[in-house]
Amino acid sequence: MWENIKTFASEFFVTGDPLIYGADVAIVLTLVAIVFTLSYFKKWKWLWKDWITTVDHKKIGIMYILCSILMLFRGGVDALLMRTQLAMPDMQFLNAEHYNAIFTTHGVIMILFMAMPFMFGLFNIMVPLQIGARDVAFPFLNSLSFWLFFWGAMLFNMSFVIGGSPDAGWLAYPPLSGIDHSPGVGQNFYIWGIQISGIGSLMTGINFVVTILKMRAPGMKLMKMPMFTWSVLSSSLTIMLAFPILTVTLAMLFIDRFAGGHFFTLDGGGNPMMYINLIWMWGHPEVYIVVLPAFGVFSEIFATFSKKKLFGYTSMVLAMMSIAVFSFFTWAHHFFTMGSGANVNAFFAVTTMLIAIPTGVKIFNWLFTMYKGKITFETPMMWAISFIPVFVIGGMTGVMLSVAPADFQFHNSYFLVAHFHQVLIGGVVFGFFAGLYYWWPKMFGFRLNERIGKWAFWFWNIGFYVCFMPQYGLGLMGMTRRVNEYDWGQGWDMGWMPLNIVSTTGAFLMGIGFLFQVWQIAYSIKTHKRDVNGDPWNGRTLEWSTPSPAPVYNFATLPKIQEVDSWWEEKERIKAGKPTPQPPLEPIHMPDNSAIPFIQSLCWFVAGFGFVFGWMFFAIPGLIGVAVTMIVRSFQKDDGYYISVDEIKKTEASIRGAG
Amino acid sequence: MKKSRLAKRIFAAVPLLLMTVLLSACSEKYIVLDPKGPIGQSQKDLIIITTLLCAVIIVPVLILAGFIVWRYRDKPGRKDDYKPKWSHDTRLEVTWWAIPIIIIAILATVTVRYTYALEPSRPIESAEKTVTIQVASLDWKWLFLYPEEGIATVNYIKFPDNVPVRFELTSDAPMNSFWIPQLGGQIYTMSGMAMTLHLQADQTGKYFGSSANFSGKDFAQMRFVAEASTKDEFDAWVKEVKATGNALTTDGYEQLQKPSVEEQQQFSSFPEGLFQKIVTKYVPEGSQGHHHGGGAVSSNEQKQKPVQPETSEDADSSHNAAQSTHAGH
Repeated sequence: MWENIKTFASEFFVTGDPLIYGADVAIVLTLVAIVFTLSYFKKWKWLWKDWITTVDHKKIGIMYILCSILMLFRGGVDALLMRTQLAMPDMQFLNAEHYNAIFTTHGVIMILFMAMPFMFGLFNIMVPLQIGARDVAFPFLNSLSFWLFFWGAMLFNMSFVIGGSPDAGWLAYPPLSGIDHSPGVGQNFYIWGIQISGIGSLMTGINFVVTILKMRAPGMKLMKMPMFTWSVLSSSLTIMLAFPILTVTLAMLFIDRFAGGHFFTLDGGGNPMMYINLIWMWGHPEVYIVVLPAFGVFSEIFATFSKKKLFGYTSMVLAMMSIAVFSFFTWAHHFFTMGSGANVNAFFAVTTMLIAIPTGVKIFNWLFTMYKGKITFETPMMWAISFIPVFVIGGMTGVMLSVAPADFQFHNSYFLVAHFHQVLIGGVVFGFFAGLYYWWPKMFGFRLNERIGKWAFWFWNIGFYVCFMPQYGLGLMGMTRRVNEYDWGQGWDMGWMPLNIVSTTGAFLMGIGFLFQVWQIAYSIKTHKRDVNGDPWNGRTLEWSTPSPAPVYNFATLPKIQEVDSWWEEKERIKAGKPTPQPPLEPIHMPDNSAIPFIQSLCWFVAGFGFVFGWMFFAIPGLIGVAVTMIVRSFQKDDGYYISVDEIKKTEASIRGAG
Repeated sequence: MKKSRLAKRIFAAVPLLLMTVLLSACSEKYIVLDPKGPIGQSQKDLIIITTLLCAVIIVPVLILAGFIVWRYRDKPGRKDDYKPKWSHDTRLEVTWWAIPIIIIAILATVTVRYTYALEPSRPIESAEKTVTIQVASLDWKWLFLYPEEGIATVNYIKFPDNVPVRFELTSDAPMNSFWIPQLGGQIYTMSGMAMTLHLQADQTGKYFGSSANFSGKDFAQMRFVAEASTKDEFDAWVKEVKATGNALTTDGYEQLQKPSVEEQQQFSSFPEGLFQKIVTKYVPEGSQGHHHGGGAVSSNEQKQKPVQPETSEDADSSHNAAQSTHAGH
């Protein structure tokens, strides 16, 4: 009996690595600390009523961003471990298997569990406020999306200490990710973690398309929407078309692994190359899904901090929408070297280059938004300005990679690694940081400390160039991605070490930048001054017309929109002594909280966990739980509730009156 | 007038300077930019053309960005040319839709021409007779077969310089990628299908051979040496290997195919039709193999049937058994 338990435990838990034991201890201590704190301060009820069951888009947004920052930490630690291993040719720090697991989880976490939720957080908090709505179109679905993401991410992250991490690369190409070459449970964690959160992502996409199309305040025509809202629309439409491909592809991979299917196997008529095509049909649009909203954030910031209207609104919309469309026709540029022939390669090379056109136009429009403006350099603007050189250079190397015959020399090398980190960090991460700094006062009612923020900014930026510029050189030296050591021996010296040391230094500088950000947030929470007028940056769009943080119903009366930058124009009218008259208050209809999204997602987690280990006694009850919660929900009458006029008056008086 | 000419010169000088720094100062460690064969040379030319074409637009944009941010920063006493409502100018916007369109049009034309010229399955024109080397990526080593010479090697290839080498590539393990940066670009090695890659070395020398695609635990150890020697040295080497009497048997291959990291090895012979056997490993009994005419296969064909290596113009004897079963297309 005891022996059985011991054998089971040694297979169930990941063993044999001091780093992982350290992580085990840290996880247990953190959990104990959380439980203790919540119990000591009697916060369980608060947690349940105010957060877990909430359908308020602003709170869901905050939870998304909180999770994504935790994931940024985990993905960042993965990155630093990798860079440490690569600093010297034969560093005995991570063995091959551990290294493979770490670059796999780094990629998955950064894209799917960091960039995506960060983006959804910004969607959630800002879109209803920007379009003058009281919530998203489907608040219940929104909460379900979040909890599916949360439990999917938990399931994926669990593989670190239980069962073993996936180690077949972030896109898990078969046959390597097939059952023959990856017999462990790591790939199952990969499939189910992404699958569960992916359903959430798809629903979020649908939710925001409907919200933007149906919930805009009276008078806000499509061409009067704020640019960030346009970017969310383009990104959400892309999600709707791309994510089903991911779901189906992973389902097929799971059938291959679990039920002996032959979609992507070599025998039985399967073809692994089909997987590579399918996964990139999702994967390429995916990078535009995350970068388009960042473009939206930059558009808002450039206009606000130049105190000038965004230049070329129509061009910007056209550019973003064409990027969204083109993104579906470029996937094969990820594998020009598969030998699809000159016709295919020429087609995909040209479609890829076409994307540079609208992107270039956007850069010009941003520059000319600043032209003849009055530029001030608060932290959001610093990130936005620094984005331009990073993205321009990253875009240039992207065009170089799109040249198919040249890509035969760049493919899978550090040149490629440098390129996609440059566009993803420079575009997406800088964009979301900028958005977080920009909208933080709206979320929490105070500004983040500027001085510490600037330290963080410089560490990140200098660290970025120091880390990734040498990697272009390494690529041209023939260093390929995913190698865990480069000690050639036999008197060969590839000369890769110096640039690798530089690159590792840069990575740690970015790590310090992250620490400054954590300090900045902690410091600002302790010492902040309340922002009372709700418009700390002299903003242009509707979200700045609400108090900070916005009350649960967002707008006491729905605004009437006449122009782009409606809040800026309204401020002009107020200055001129002619504010738009406010209609009388009416009771506001709000959606009810619900525990079902949390419970249903938890059931998905249990089912997913069961499928990971092939334990039907987990999987079946989990699926039954999912079905039951769905049935309960279908019979529920969810009429919502009304906030009375008196209560609105009271709330408004207390938040506005405080100033 | 004078000023703008000066500016143009500066703009032109910056990319040139960058290239010079990249090409000269940093020595031969940048092996992709130090090619030793015609394919690598063309790819390097293409890299330089595209870099310059991109730089033509990138460098002015970066300078413009720096200028605008500096010039229009908010400072007390700035000359007031603040235009808060200026947000549209058709002429300007047409201009910056046009600039990238023109650059991309030029780039696309260049790319398409090079894509056809450098298609890896396209033979290199030469008076010399092409040497064929069959390549199989295994977990985690490279197996090379010389069908004409009848020898085999692991993690090491030798071939004569100034002679086109035709690589036929497959895999008996997860997908990898065969890459000799100084000779030219890489191509995937995939189970159940055969790819073709033509390369040539213009100088003798030992070149770095890399497994460029992650294929599991020890893929980082999967490097090989590609040595170009004179024709005489090559012939002598073949004789020498043949004389060792160290044959690769079918059993020996089974052993070699198992996951492991290997040193360089040489075999005096290998089982007849081994490469075809690896390629057609997944063809169900009784069904016909399929071959195709280019290094490329449409994905549709790939899905239907695994492929055999294409018939080459100089059809070598070792292929005939496998190829005589069908007529091609």
